[in-house]
Amino acid sequence: MDKKHCVKLSVQPSRALVDEKFIVLVQNAPPGFQMTIHSLHHSEDGHSWEAFGHYTADATGTVNVSQDHSVGGTYSGVEPMGLLWSLRPVPGSKSWLRFRKMNVETPMEVAISVYQGHQTVFVDQVQLASVVAERWYMAPGVRRIPVTESDLTATLFLPPGPGPFPGVLDLWGGAGQLVEYRSALLASHGFASLALDYLTPKITLKTGKMVKDDYFETAYKFLQQHPKVSGCRIAMMGLSYSTSITLKMAIYSEVMKLSCAVCTSGSHVQPVNGSVEDIFKMFHSNSEKARFTEEKQAIYRDLLLPIPTDPGMKLDVGRLQCPLLLIVGEDDQNWAAPEFAQDIKEMMEQAGNSHLLTLLSYPNTGHLIEPPYLPHARASRFKSVGSNEMLVVLWGGDTVAHSRAQEDAWRKTLAFLRENLYSRKNSIAPVREI
Amino acid sequence: TREQAYPPILSVYPSRALVDEAFKVLVENLPPGCPVTVHSLHLSEDDNYWEAYGHYISDHRGSVSVSEDVSFGGTYTGKEPMGLLWSLRPVPGSRQGLRLRKMNVCTPMLVNISVHCGHLVEAFRDQTPLASVLTERWYMAPGVKRIDIRERGMRGTLFIPPGPGPFPGLLDLWGGGGGLLEHRAALLASHGFVSLALEYLTSGEIPTARLDYNYFEKAFNIIQDHPLVTPDRVGIFGLSLGSFVTFNLAAKSTIINPRCCVCISGFHCHPYRSMGEMIQTNLNKLHVDENNYQIWRDMSLPIPSDISKKVDMGKIKCPLLLVCGHDDQSYPAVELAEDIAQMVHAAGKDHLLTKVFYHGTGHMIEPPYSPHFRATTFMAKTKPKVILLWGGQTKPHSDAQEDSWKKILAFLQHHLYSTPNPRAKM
Repeated sequence: MDKKHCVKLSVQPSRALVDEKFIVLVQNAPPGFQMTIHSLHHSEDGHSWEAFGHYTADATGTVNVSQDHSVGGTYSGVEPMGLLWSLRPVPGSKSWLRFRKMNVETPMEVAISVYQGHQTVFVDQVQLASVVAERWYMAPGVRRIPVTESDLTATLFLPPGPGPFPGVLDLWGGAGQLVEYRSALLASHGFASLALDYLTPKITLKTGKMVKDDYFETAYKFLQQHPKVSGCRIAMMGLSYSTSITLKMAIYSEVMKLSCAVCTSGSHVQPVNGSVEDIFKMFHSNSEKARFTEEKQAIYRDLLLPIPTDPGMKLDVGRLQCPLLLIVGEDDQNWAAPEFAQDIKEMMEQAGNSHLLTLLSYPNTGHLIEPPYLPHARASRFKSVGSNEMLVVLWGGDTVAHSRAQEDAWRKTLAFLRENLYSRKNSIAPVREI
Repeated sequence: TREQAYPPILSVYPSRALVDEAFKVLVENLPPGCPVTVHSLHLSEDDNYWEAYGHYISDHRGSVSVSEDVSFGGTYTGKEPMGLLWSLRPVPGSRQGLRLRKMNVCTPMLVNISVHCGHLVEAFRDQTPLASVLTERWYMAPGVKRIDIRERGMRGTLFIPPGPGPFPGLLDLWGGGGGLLEHRAALLASHGFVSLALEYLTSGEIPTARLDYNYFEKAFNIIQDHPLVTPDRVGIFGLSLGSFVTFNLAAKSTIINPRCCVCISGFHCHPYRSMGEMIQTNLNKLHVDENNYQIWRDMSLPIPSDISKKVDMGKIKCPLLLVCGHDDQSYPAVELAEDIAQMVHAAGKDHLLTKVFYHGTGHMIEPPYSPHFRATTFMAKTKPKVILLWGGQTKPHSDAQEDSWKKILAFLQHHLYSTPNPRAKM
């Protein structure tokens, strides 16, 4: 039987946003045919990532990755998006890599292929068929606008259309840099999103001084005054380090009136009157609490434990006046986020504002809870700002659970933002399935 | 204003798609029971604006779903998920006889979808919409390669699907308008067929050009010779004059053996040396309608019974799919197809022929969701410009494009991918 003509492979849609699902379909194979479906991506920094699943065609000669079981590979079971979230560096790659696309204007290209039999090594194998899926961070019409006024180092992403749009101030963690991919996606969902570099902005590189609170207030005012932004509907989003900043601004800032806040994998423990720099120093002063795994990966979760009882060392979350979505991974090895979340919850219950809190706590999930369908790094090379050392840091999380958490948390984050920034009633607005 | 604080949320899913794929347009966060107009706008490569729109009313949750809800007015009515594309028409004030055709298939067609307050019928571009988004419609799937072919005197463009191959192949032939049209071949490659869009008439030479069948046979061989093509799985796809060429090749060629053929709006009687001669010989049967658009269909009637004036379709050796519109005003396509069917039947080859006819459908049956043109300029270099009536009514013609494309792809999939080589059984 001329197998080469039997196998037909398709990915639908072939061009999609990074957070959208696809359906990988193999047709016309001989019934019962064993095959491997493989994905391959060459990242911007020159590494190759792959994932694969082992399948058997049914009586009609079909394999539908969204419906059928993978019996082996980098993922197993029914996993529609396993070919993306279980991507890992190919054998022979440098270790402890983390996948991050920094250029969000081009799509991530993934080659999806079919091989005969249940394979685990692909270097010299002949493909039966291969197609390309494009995964985009920016929907058509989204505009990317670098922002340098008022000494900000930021990028604004605007949705297409006349606007005005609700705004989001989008901050990342301790490695610094200007990380744009979440803002690009948020703009693709209708939010004017400002990705802000607050650890390595030009002003810090020039003066050697870390920014103070007014930097964030300047960013807020930039959004508020922008002709395409609804000044009264602005949210702030932080992950890890920037959770501290987000909570502080949400509670104490006279300038920032946030409609809501999203805080992932972070803490409320910090000197209440402290600056960004003070938070850094706090970490440094506790660095002897770092532990190391056998593979010399750094576990930093103990640095801010035990949770202080001194009120000057904890943000007074009882004074929060806007809805807060708190997302934590129970296997976070970098910050003791679940413990902090629990403390936040108790403080808010005592103060009587816990109706503002939504806490999402995910089992077996690590620190880096990011948009879905992207590879999970349990540990990776990391150089914190202010340090000269490149270490391998343990983030935590078991890949399957962590990937499920990312999918769920992102959907809930978008729904939370939509409800608080768009909804005309304060009831749950129906949200299209991603 | 208070309303501005609650802008509606407009989405198109998928935001990037192939031109033959459906999308869902959804408006949310409107006030309940709100009348709105959903509008599409496209600026063509030749700088003309095309638009379409539908009138909707939001439900109790403030949503409008173009896929599920009914349009009460506009360029389309009823439940029409893709009406915003197939009912696109030139905006008021445009020139007559415009045709929407994308020549550069490497970039997507950009369509702006917007939602306006109230049921508007005009002046959309003077109003700020409540929301708008952009959607991309692609002719080439990711990974499809486009290669200029200029060899052995041939002028064409080859499109190759991604993957190791080998693939079946298709020779893609357009009609008497001439030029090099790539959009269908690009789409076919996106569906797994190595496709060669072949130029065989340049725009200026249509009236006098004579067809040289060696040229087509060479083009067919070029496809077969390609390292990524399975040589005994190459078919031919023709429209209009391209169908005529296909009938000739399928019935008469001793050099090539197409595996199967698809012929849209074809004719098998053309006992003239050129289009120009056909028109001269039949001038008395060339009519015009109330707009002075030319109606050519009577020039081909009556269909001669003398077989020497026709392609002897009883001689075909491969499966053939005929697609025609009952309202074709340039050729009596359905009558011609029935004549072909008689010849095929007389030769005992019914099993090779499939005919699909559509009511309210004209001559230019294109891939789905392309706007319908009832009449366009043809042979644009003549003075005065000739506008030809192709026929068809927009809604049934668009339905026919959608339905026929599915049938065509299934036919090609079956004969070029699935069926084992009939010769292998011998």
